[in-house]
Amino acid sequence: MADEEKKEATTTGGATATATTEAPAAPAPRFGRPGGPGRRPGPGGRPAGRGEGGPRKFFRRKKVCKFCVEKIDSINYKDVRLLQQFVAERGKIVPRRLTGVCTPHQRRLTAAIKQARNIALLPFAARY
Amino acid sequence: MAQQQRIYEVMYIVRPDLAEEETERVISTVESGATAAGLTVKNVERMGKRRLAYKVRKFQDGLYVLLTVEGPGGAVAELERRLRVAEQVIKYITVRVDEEQKRLAKIKKIRDSKVRQRPQTAEAAAGAEPAPATA
Repeated sequence: MADEEKKEATTTGGATATATTEAPAAPAPRFGRPGGPGRRPGPGGRPAGRGEGGPRKFFRRKKVCKFCVEKIDSINYKDVRLLQQFVAERGKIVPRRLTGVCTPHQRRLTAAIKQARNIALLPFAARY
Repeated sequence: MAQQQRIYEVMYIVRPDLAEEETERVISTVESGATAAGLTVKNVERMGKRRLAYKVRKFQDGLYVLLTVEGPGGAVAELERRLRVAEQVIKYITVRVDEEQKRLAKIKKIRDSKVRQRPQTAEAAAGAEPAPATA
């Protein structure tokens, strides 16, 4: 587990990526979602100058809450495997807007991650 | 203040460089300490040696032990004090679990009742279907 993190850390470390730049990219491999880390439509929502004027070309996969879909009731601090999916490489909690977790579940998730950090199951900050 | 009986989970990490019997002794001391503090030990689970996410007292690994106890909050404070004093215990966390268990039981109950309801509604729908056909 820690080894895997280290490997990832070394690859990103070479590029001297800052925490802010790698944070949005982090959840993508962990979720294995083909859509990637669903970026907000924002300015990129309009495809650059196609001129067709049709509806949005991009088909954004609707994000759903993993806990609601899989009916995971308890988010426990001992379940490191589960919690790790919602923690970025550097040990940060991945925001809801990237993971699609619903508010009540994100709240429980956050609490669980913080408890896990306190008992050294999860890192506060992963080593570079 | 009423002495409420609550269920707590105390997870603690024993330093990894101890001999087998030494570790066992630490675990049994903590257990007896919990009893002495006025808690009833419900379960002791050895979760084994695990790599720590970060260094704790210069240790990279630790033996995780999960202790489930029942008793008042004051007794848990006493147990925590004992853990703090014990040198072989490098880290601990206490989590109250009874409320969570209650919540899970409630969800399960609701879910079970829904499962039971669903076949009934399906039958009702099946029963309703032939009615328009005859009419």
